[in-house]
Amino acid sequence: MIRIFSILVGLFFSAALLFSFGKGAYSYISEPPAATAVNVYHKEPKELALASDGPLGKFDMQQVQRGFQVYTEVCSNCHMLHQVAFRDLKAIGYNDDEVKAIAAKHKIPHYDPKTGEVKNDNGMPTDHFPPVVYGGQGTPPDLSLIAKAREGGPAYIYSVLTGYQDQPADLLAKFPDSKTPDGLHYNPYFANLNIAMPPPLTSDGQVSYKDGTKPTVDQMAQDVAAFLVWTAEPKLENRHQAGWAVLIFLIFATGLAYMAYQNVWAGKKH
Amino acid sequence: MSFPWAQHYKPSHPLMVYLDEKLPLPRFVYNAVGAGYPVPRNLNYAWNFGVLAGFCLLIQIVTGIVLAMHYASNAGIAFDSTEHIMRDVNYGWLLRYAHANGASAFFAVVYIHIFRGFFYGSYKPPREMIWLLGVVIFLLMMATAFMGYVLPWGQMSYWGAQVITGLFSAIPLIGGALHTWLLGGFAPGDAALNRFFSLHFLLPFVILGVVILHIWSLHIPGSSNPTGVEVKTESDTVPFHPYYTAKDGFGLGVFLILYCAVVFFAPNQFGHPDNYIPANPMQTPAHIVPEWYFWPFYAILRAFTQDFFIIPAKLMGVLAMFSAILVWFFLPWLDRSPVRSGHYRPLHRKFFWVLVIDVLALGYCGGAPAREPYVMISQVLAIYYFLHFLVILPIVSSLEKPEPLPFSITEAVLGKDDHAVLTA
Repeated sequence: MIRIFSILVGLFFSAALLFSFGKGAYSYISEPPAATAVNVYHKEPKELALASDGPLGKFDMQQVQRGFQVYTEVCSNCHMLHQVAFRDLKAIGYNDDEVKAIAAKHKIPHYDPKTGEVKNDNGMPTDHFPPVVYGGQGTPPDLSLIAKAREGGPAYIYSVLTGYQDQPADLLAKFPDSKTPDGLHYNPYFANLNIAMPPPLTSDGQVSYKDGTKPTVDQMAQDVAAFLVWTAEPKLENRHQAGWAVLIFLIFATGLAYMAYQNVWAGKKH
Repeated sequence: MSFPWAQHYKPSHPLMVYLDEKLPLPRFVYNAVGAGYPVPRNLNYAWNFGVLAGFCLLIQIVTGIVLAMHYASNAGIAFDSTEHIMRDVNYGWLLRYAHANGASAFFAVVYIHIFRGFFYGSYKPPREMIWLLGVVIFLLMMATAFMGYVLPWGQMSYWGAQVITGLFSAIPLIGGALHTWLLGGFAPGDAALNRFFSLHFLLPFVILGVVILHIWSLHIPGSSNPTGVEVKTESDTVPFHPYYTAKDGFGLGVFLILYCAVVFFAPNQFGHPDNYIPANPMQTPAHIVPEWYFWPFYAILRAFTQDFFIIPAKLMGVLAMFSAILVWFFLPWLDRSPVRSGHYRPLHRKFFWVLVIDVLALGYCGGAPAREPYVMISQVLAIYYFLHFLVILPIVSSLEKPEPLPFSITEAVLGKDDHAVLTA
């Protein structure tokens, strides 16, 4: 009885699925989905090798500091770094005085308990990077976690920053409706090809590095990507170090457990 | 209950004798997972996964309790409090990554445990109750994992909550009101986040309770085994301790190596990048997908694209998705073959492997964007899924001719002895 009922239920679901499949297949064959500009011209991120990659990765602190400089001089005009506190910068090699000086460059509203006023004071190491007011087109995302919030991570950041170009002529020939709207910029690494952010890194030497590295656009893009890996995952080095200790211990312990297992079962066929 | 040849607990130390008289907890442990529990001697590594699942539950409860000490279930600050755990709490990154990947590990282990049951017919009498309780555990796990994923209040948390609670609005007549009641509003918000947090804390302990019932009911008939032949004599069994404590210890070590490799070196591999973007009710992500362990069922939900007679497509999808799991409850009565193990069932064995490939492919389609050809592929795969459990399994036992079974576990292990005489 239960089996007859079950076969009926199974056939019911199968019939409904077959009906959906039939209709879907019919419209797929009669009107095959047309190619769009996005699925023809969108590109996967370029290769980017950073010192923090892989299970042995550590930050290249010089590069992270250079990236911080690019963020400060270029990105921070529009983008926030809400999750990061000034005190965190000690982890990328700044000393207490430098951290205080960096914090003091930012104006941050502090509540004065004596007067009850809120005053825009110099920032303190305990403060987080303050909000950035932006009035233009689009919404510049907070950059603290951007390296984890995009498929491809740092390679994606690097690709978008260096990927600006004129819209290819054959794209316009094939998809006349897909012309980049005014105020947007063609970038094949961006999800819908047209990004609101104007090219931020436009010329070599836009920032001047103190460590003698040549500030090409490509170099600046790599450096800021490395910096944003750090803002997204500041504990990466601790994680890698702890990981090796844990794995080496576990492999040793599992070896012992295997020998114990063999020992206990010795002479017992199973 | 146990087999008559089970070893008896004999405390020798005066303290243990005293304790045995006042509170026989050591005796209980001895009989449950000690030398007092005889287990078939031929269990293979597939039988390690029950212990591993229990261990995953412990990982989740321990890391979860500490995470709850630092997390704020307020829609305004939930996302930032998660980042506070990642950045400012001592070893907070470890706790959170261990917990998030612990959910993945738990499901991976439980899926293997369930498919072990499919292959070896573990759901068959006299073990129906163990199986039913197991399906209850799986359903509770799904609810717990779903609500846990909402807590970081990222984009995928928010929109996942929107989609999954939206399923209830497909119920005729009461759906809309039920949806609002469940969420405490018209869309996920502070009310929903707080109740999800509360329930996410409660449900693991409910799971723990059902796990205890699951193991309790297991101890009545005792463990099944790869031959599917019931235990007959003492030579068929070994005491759980030290034989299976040693084997499970080794299995646990291998599991921990794999799990820790993910936690420390690829902790975001199983997550979605969008969940590192704070929840934004004004912006729908391009593709809303749940965590990987829901993908096969998500593919079934999305496979119903057309209204079927008077039933709307969405309601069909919801009914099918829940039925895809609820059908497991009926397995003991749908599969009527007297032979338990897939080793001796030539047809059932083949259909089992087709099911494995089918579910893996459904999972792939469930994680892919909802467009052709993925929808058509998942429709075909979903047809097989339902036919497998509801049509093939009930009739395959009358079509197939099982291969000869060994007389006993001992014979399966040691080989047939033609000169042996069965003694009383």
